[in-house]
Amino acid sequence: MEQSSQLESFGRALVELGREREDIVVLDPDVASSTKTTYFAESFPSRFVRVGISEQDMLGIASGLAAAGKTPIAVGFAMFIIGRGWEQIANSIARQRLDAKIVGTHAGLSPHADGESHQMYGDVALMRTIPNMRVVVPGDAPSAVEALRAALEYRGPVYIRLMRGSTPTIYGEDIEFEMGRANVLREGSDATVIANGIMLSRALTAAEKLIGEGIDVRVIDMHTVKPLDTGAIEKTAKETGAIVTAEEHSIIGGLGSAVAETLAETAPTPMERIGIRDRFGESSRSYPELLAHVGLTPEAIAEAVHRVIERR
Amino acid sequence: MNLITYGEASDFSGVELTELGRFITDLTAGEEPSLLGTMVQTTAGLKPLGSVLKGLRQRVLRMVAEAGSGHLGASLSVIDVLTVLYFVRMRHDPSNPDWEGRDRLVLSKGHAAPALYAVLAEAGYFPPGELNSLRKLGGLLQGHPENTIPGVDASTGSLGQGLSIAVGMALAAKMDEATHKVYAIIGDGELNEGQIWEAALTAGHHGLDNLVAVVDRNQFQLTGRTEETKALEPIGEKWRSFGWEVIEADGNDPSSILDALDVCALTEGKPSVIIASTTKGKGVSFMEGNKFSKAVPDASELARALAELA
Ligand SMILES: Cc1ncc(C[n+]2csc(CCOP(=O)(O)OP(=O)(O)O)c2C)c(N)n1
Repeated sequence: MEQSSQLESFGRALVELGREREDIVVLDPDVASSTKTTYFAESFPSRFVRVGISEQDMLGIASGLAAAGKTPIAVGFAMFIIGRGWEQIANSIARQRLDAKIVGTHAGLSPHADGESHQMYGDVALMRTIPNMRVVVPGDAPSAVEALRAALEYRGPVYIRLMRGSTPTIYGEDIEFEMGRANVLREGSDATVIANGIMLSRALTAAEKLIGEGIDVRVIDMHTVKPLDTGAIEKTAKETGAIVTAEEHSIIGGLGSAVAETLAETAPTPMERIGIRDRFGESSRSYPELLAHVGLTPEAIAEAVHRVIERR
Repeated sequence: MNLITYGEASDFSGVELTELGRFITDLTAGEEPSLLGTMVQTTAGLKPLGSVLKGLRQRVLRMVAEAGSGHLGASLSVIDVLTVLYFVRMRHDPSNPDWEGRDRLVLSKGHAAPALYAVLAEAGYFPPGELNSLRKLGGLLQGHPENTIPGVDASTGSLGQGLSIAVGMALAAKMDEATHKVYAIIGDGELNEGQIWEAALTAGHHGLDNLVAVVDRNQFQLTGRTEETKALEPIGEKWRSFGWEVIEADGNDPSSILDALDVCALTEGKPSVIIASTTKGKGVSFMEGNKFSKAVPDASELARALAELA
């Protein structure tokens, strides 16, 4: 698969959108050079707020800007803005149903070299528990851009989770993206892999592998974790009878949990979860190496498919 | 030539410390313009502080180049402060990292980990060979400080949290009537974080005279100048009004750093903060300023930098 950078595409798209809409204000907690909001800053300096290394302050300011009719986009490392800023997001933004967008970059293990202080795999869980909040985890650069567009078309708080670095490109020019509606990327009838983020491309690789073993797997891009496309989950559960979720997030509280909650209540189905199994991260000089180290590989997905089919 | 080994300085009570301060000044005034000629104890035996510092800067450069990422500018700006603390001032024992009576150091600006690791290795906490595996999967030396590393007193890397941790350690020492000191090293950009000022209020309120904060005042944060991001000045007045003793120093001059630490040691009834003026990337002409804040030197830049430090 070709590679592209979510942040590079996102940063360029911000400029385009900033040109279309004067109400957009971008906030930066001293990481613009890493998150690529520098492009917006260069184009629209008067609508760019450098708050310094003050994540909580930034989210409060976003609340005030939104209350005053602006559309703030607060962009920072997921660990620091979601971890430290959770309560500001809950109390000052979502509780007031304010139209602020929050973009957490360097999510999951993607800041691989920095180590566990920077690696955030609880953000989806944290954001999902806040009422009024929408949560989107795009799997590649084109869908990151679409997620941003969709978030801006929607009125209300949205969390978009992005990765650092170059990752496989999945979608082409013909991408269709609707917040809250899952995309079936590959048809199949033996089992379904529901994935998002970096694990989406790995699910597709796993599906290719499994074909050789005579197993025909469906792959679904569940880019929106909230509101969850429960209809798509129930449908695929009935049609394939076996589900594997794959996410670059803790198995506690993320996509796997959300899917399990739906299945348990409406369509109990054998299920396996691929994710970070309740451990801290660590440093690695290579992102793929670190993903493999914690078991986030196409091989692990394929093995889970075998296991879940046996349980069917 | 004077000789300082671990902990000598803080083994003295207040009055004796004054004398020690004078002792150092007397010795250095005549022959050396600074502390650079002072012999200090390293894992490889006694060495002059000046050559230790050059060697540490070279190590840091090699480490970041080898790892392929890391904050070079921030490490080079703070390395003199760390070196004076670990080789001249702090009471500690590399052969016994968990010794209860040791002075503690919290590197709140945890992204300067390469500097801390180089210093700890030179002091003998772990073999210098470990430095080659910075940021390597399964390696001892993680991208940001971890308390699993011998000599590291607190896990950091998320800015803004270290001073509170140091306040907790200082409060515990007071509860135990222990005599050790706690040092917290903070970035100037890091002063943007609200939690720093919460901790500053707490320390001032409790009059923690066993706590010393050092602000690495290198004028830059990640995206630019501190004063163009969120103006900090007058920094000294802010700390003073929070109940702290404020000392200004040249944070890239060991003598100036030690003089400031002497004042801290004599301060009673309140915490001290040293505003240490430094240069990001200090020691390598073409890295000074913010250019190598997060950049990694290529082979020819590394060679040029090492040559400057030879
Ligand atoms: C809470 C938090 N936010 C953001 C970062 C990313 N970050 C790493 S270094 C840095 C700049 C730090 O500036 P300063 O404190 O002045 O230290 P310097 O690098 O200049 O020594 C930033 C924003 C972080 N590590 N932690």
